[in-house]
Amino acid sequence: MAALQEIDVAATAARFQTVRRSDAFVIEAGGAWVLGSAERQDAALRALSFGGVPTLEIDCTHLARLDTTGAWLLMRTKRMAEDAGAKVVWHDVPDAFLPLISTIDHDCQGPPVAHPDQHSFHAFLERLGRAQMHFFAQAISLLGFLGMVATETLATVLHPRRLRIPALVHQMEEVGLNAMPIVGLLSFLLGIVFAFQGADQLRRFGAEIFTVNLLGISILREIGAIMTAIIVAGRSGSSFTAQIGTMKVNEEIDALSTLGMSPVEVLVLPRMLALVLTLPLLTVFANVMGIFGGALMSLFDLGITVPAFLRQLQGAIGGGWTFWIGIIKAPIFAFLIATVGCYEGLQVERNAASVGMLTTRSVVESIFLVIVADALFSILFSLLGV
Amino acid sequence: MSIDDTDKSFGPPVIKIDKLVTRVGGRVLHDGLDLELRRGEVVGVVGGSGTGKSVLLRTIIGLNRRAGGRIEVLGQDIGRLNGRELRRLQTRWGVLFQDGALFSAQTVAQNIQVPMREHTDLTPRLMDELAAVKLAMAGLPPDAATKFPSELSGGMRKRAGLARALALDPEILFLDEPTAGLDPISAAQFDSLVRDLQKSLNLTVFMVTHDIDTLRATTDRIAVLVDKKIKVGTFDTLVHDPHPWIQQYFSGVRGRAALAAS
Repeated sequence: MAALQEIDVAATAARFQTVRRSDAFVIEAGGAWVLGSAERQDAALRALSFGGVPTLEIDCTHLARLDTTGAWLLMRTKRMAEDAGAKVVWHDVPDAFLPLISTIDHDCQGPPVAHPDQHSFHAFLERLGRAQMHFFAQAISLLGFLGMVATETLATVLHPRRLRIPALVHQMEEVGLNAMPIVGLLSFLLGIVFAFQGADQLRRFGAEIFTVNLLGISILREIGAIMTAIIVAGRSGSSFTAQIGTMKVNEEIDALSTLGMSPVEVLVLPRMLALVLTLPLLTVFANVMGIFGGALMSLFDLGITVPAFLRQLQGAIGGGWTFWIGIIKAPIFAFLIATVGCYEGLQVERNAASVGMLTTRSVVESIFLVIVADALFSILFSLLGV
Repeated sequence: MSIDDTDKSFGPPVIKIDKLVTRVGGRVLHDGLDLELRRGEVVGVVGGSGTGKSVLLRTIIGLNRRAGGRIEVLGQDIGRLNGRELRRLQTRWGVLFQDGALFSAQTVAQNIQVPMREHTDLTPRLMDELAAVKLAMAGLPPDAATKFPSELSGGMRKRAGLARALALDPEILFLDEPTAGLDPISAAQFDSLVRDLQKSLNLTVFMVTHDIDTLRATTDRIAVLVDKKIKVGTFDTLVHDPHPWIQQYFSGVRGRAALAAS
């Protein structure tokens, strides 16, 4: 096809003739034996049989060009003949091709390359086993990481001067302050959506005013905290992994250790503390924005004035645990996100694909853990009856 | 050995660079650079950091745009080719990047077969045979075929990269710092490998290097990038060149030679 001719347009087509003489089998090779014509030669040469042939003569008188592919085809034919018990004689090999033929003859004794079979049941079992062992190994190393973080935290508590205040403040700005626009906007929109959906259903019972209760309780108890955690996991958890991972690739983590600094103390603790401190604040902000969105929707859609909205809201949540239930969860979520983010960052290996792969994994795992933790909290709170 | 080869009759020119101008980030790297490579010749390019050795290589193979001048490879003007013609031309050269640039998701054998699968219609069986041939020619053991690039040492990655560069039996081989990061023994082995391959395949080799031993062992001519232009010479003529940078570059060699002579 076209691709083949593109390789070598100028080549006169490769050709070979076979002559069976009584004393020998002669192959006359001519033209350009190059990659571009190999496809046509391959099958024909492979089909030759040398059974009962005493001598194979390879006549290269008319050979115009030869590259490794052509040389390999000649060599393979020669070996086929030798395996069949024939003696092989070369005729009139042009001097220019001698080094190549001898290189191929000398170097290339091995069998064709084999490809690992990735579709067999055996390979499937092997992958399954590997994945299982990898899971256990990771669980153990995560436990080790948690222990390391715990001891470093303890050491920092005992010697508060070891805490890196500038790094902490920088991280708080990075994960807290800079996240406010996106967290605020999304919460605001969610408040609108909740108010709209709730009003639509409750209107059928003439109970529009309870939209406020629905909004207040769902946002304060669940949505505010969990949405903020998910946004922060995608925004900051991933950047923890990418930052620490890139430093790992660059051997900066090793450099820190050799300079007598603990990577956990320098890199992990400030990030973790920053997130634990700022995520509750972000959650409060998200709650406010969500309720603001809901209030706006209530005003325009249901005609509930702001004072009426606030009175109803106070009746729904005032004095209870509703607000605190949302806020209590935030530091735990923050801890999970920061732990996974930093841990996966430290798992990065020194190749380019690793950072991307582990960043993805970090986000997926931290969101998963946040939702699992939220479910556990729900069970806990229902047992406690709050 | 390379001294007497100046008069050796090389074939017709395969790369012709005429008044090349390149700019990177607003800075002029090459200004009116001329260079010619003849068939069967090994040319080493040296120059200080930031003089644009790699940029020159990348410009010739069409990865960088040139700001002016003319580059002719195998008789075709790189600047005038359309995408299809350029792809056709690209199958006639092989490039070895600094760290091999192997595709990390594929085994070495699959890496070597990528260009074959893309540009030819060979049967899988013949491709497997040819991959084994290329591996052997690049001096890799047969069991390297099923390994992934991350499982190879730096030297083996370079050899695997070389095997892939040779996959389509190119006429020109571009090497970017082929011996950087290798120990002297591996570097010397790589040098002789390049030289042997050049001889048996009649390759034209364009090599960017810092390694003075590689220059001495493999090149027919040396192109020095100074003052945004190129000075070409053999090892022995350049040692006596008055240009300060060239003086400094070769002074270590001269010192050693003088020491050996006394």
